[in-house]
Amino acid sequence: MVVRLDQVGLRYGPSGEDEVLRGISLAVPQGGFRWLQGPSGAGKSSLLRLLYLEARPSRGRLSVLNTDIPIAETRLGRGMLARLRRRIGVVFQDFRLLPHLTAFENVALPLRIAGRPEGQVRADVQEILAWVGLGRRRDAHPQELSGGEQQRIAIARAVVHRPALLLADEPTGNLDDAQAERLMQLLREMNRLGTTVIVATHNAALVRRHPGPGLFLDGGRLVGDEADGYHEPE
Amino acid sequence: MSRSDRAAERLALAAEAARNRALRPARRDDLGLRRALSDRLLPFLVAAMTFLAALTCAGFVASSGMAARWRAGAAAGIVVQIPDPGAPAADGRHTRRAAVLARLATLPWVASATPMSEGALADMLRPWLGDSAANLVVPLPAVVVLRLTATNPLPPDAAATLDTVAPGTLIEDPGLWVTRLTRLATSVQALSFLVLLIVALVAVSVISVATRAGLAARRDAIAIVHLLGATDGFVAGRFARRIGRLCLLGGLAGAVASVPVLAALLGLSAPFEAKGGPAIPLELGALAALPAVTWVIGWGTAQVAVRRWLARLV
Ligand SMILES: Nc1ncnc2c1ncn2[C@@H]1O[C@H](COP(=O)(O)OP(=O)(O)OP(=O)(O)O)[C@@H](O)[C@H]1O
Ligand SMILES: [Mg+2]
Repeated sequence: MVVRLDQVGLRYGPSGEDEVLRGISLAVPQGGFRWLQGPSGAGKSSLLRLLYLEARPSRGRLSVLNTDIPIAETRLGRGMLARLRRRIGVVFQDFRLLPHLTAFENVALPLRIAGRPEGQVRADVQEILAWVGLGRRRDAHPQELSGGEQQRIAIARAVVHRPALLLADEPTGNLDDAQAERLMQLLREMNRLGTTVIVATHNAALVRRHPGPGLFLDGGRLVGDEADGYHEPE
Repeated sequence: MSRSDRAAERLALAAEAARNRALRPARRDDLGLRRALSDRLLPFLVAAMTFLAALTCAGFVASSGMAARWRAGAAAGIVVQIPDPGAPAADGRHTRRAAVLARLATLPWVASATPMSEGALADMLRPWLGDSAANLVVPLPAVVVLRLTATNPLPPDAAATLDTVAPGTLIEDPGLWVTRLTRLATSVQALSFLVLLIVALVAVSVISVATRAGLAARRDAIAIVHLLGATDGFVAGRFARRIGRLCLLGGLAGAVASVPVLAALLGLSAPFEAKGGPAIPLELGALAALPAVTWVIGWGTAQVAVRRWLARLV
């Protein structure tokens, strides 16, 4: 299983505050696809944060890319965490682009962190920028880009290094319908090639157009998991 | 695989590597450190500290050189001065010079007694008197250099013994003032070392503060590259490269600024140096090592400061 949670709880800040995620158990296999759904504040971003290793669970057992991630207090090999993170692509809900870098350099970041040769970096970044339709804006800084353009840069950065696990938090929030369709096409294609994909979204129309098994969160609890016995609607 | 195949493969790999190198921009600034760590204040502070360090090093080298020369002078022997060497001695039969030499030859604590030639004497006086030392109006005393037998220190009645042979003869034991001067030189050296240590500690603190300011300014960028899987080494490396470069700049500026000052000091001390001249090129050459030292201190301090800071991230 690429992702496995067993009775996972998460609380932010010092203990005593309410848990944001409570007793979540789920599993997503290699090459799986999941819609992560639920009302605002349900804990979708928090669950993704656990998966891209920004937060550590406060209880339960979590395993990502077949590696056990111990709970908050336990120290973990920093090198190992970094290696895991390099195999995960994330589209953050708030993009998190580096403001002092151009679009090109932002997208190149995962490849440079992975130490890829510069020739390959150029080719790959150019290709994915063209794919998201921003080949001409490669030298623009994030603050010179529209919300949708920034989101497409964030998407390009998440997929440029062909991650094994792709986590997208509301990736169509700023996109028009045509761009959203194009994004789904990309996600489907990556999924078909073996990438495990989890997409958090409010966009019910998008989910209707691209049916897939859903995970439903509400108030920090997993209230629905369509993984078993999911059938493509006719 | 045949040999030519392997050679071709190696060639292809080398070509690929060269292509990659050629495509790599000279310096990438992923974290925006060129703006976060400005090239004004830190190089200036490092330059000032390098300047101080250069002067202190010079003091250290100069004082150890002086101490070595004094010790060598003491080892060279005890100096006997015989004023008016040509006049008849107390016994009336020999010159004062010959009488003293004859008496010295009989003393058990004298291993050897070597009269110094007039030329050697003139050389010795040249720093103080210049070339006129050779043709002075005042008559020079005869100078005899003694070596003691190892077991015997200079007996307290030595001066009296020689005075009876040729009144006015002086015997000078340099041991006492050499001991005092050596103690002074050692203290100067210890002090220089302490000053160097303090300068280095201040440098490390200043660089740490600058690094932490840079970390604070780029906190968000670091958090993002951390999430993208950057190792501590990646982040620390970028900081260390930038800080090391700024410190190298400062070190170079400080070393260059110290050259005229040190050259002037060396010029002032030159007449007191032994014949053959001081090792000026060597000592000034050692200045070239200072920028390398500042680079190492900057690079290392940045590495440690950044890694400590990063250890707080999950
Ligand atoms: N850093 C944080 N510190 C404390 N509480 C937080 C933090 N981030 C989120 N929360 C809380 O956790 C709960 C879940 O937030 P989360 O962002 O996971 O929701 P979400 O499902 O992604 O919502 P949305 O659809 O609006 O993005 C919310 O009540 C939120 O207030
Ligand atoms: Mg959210």
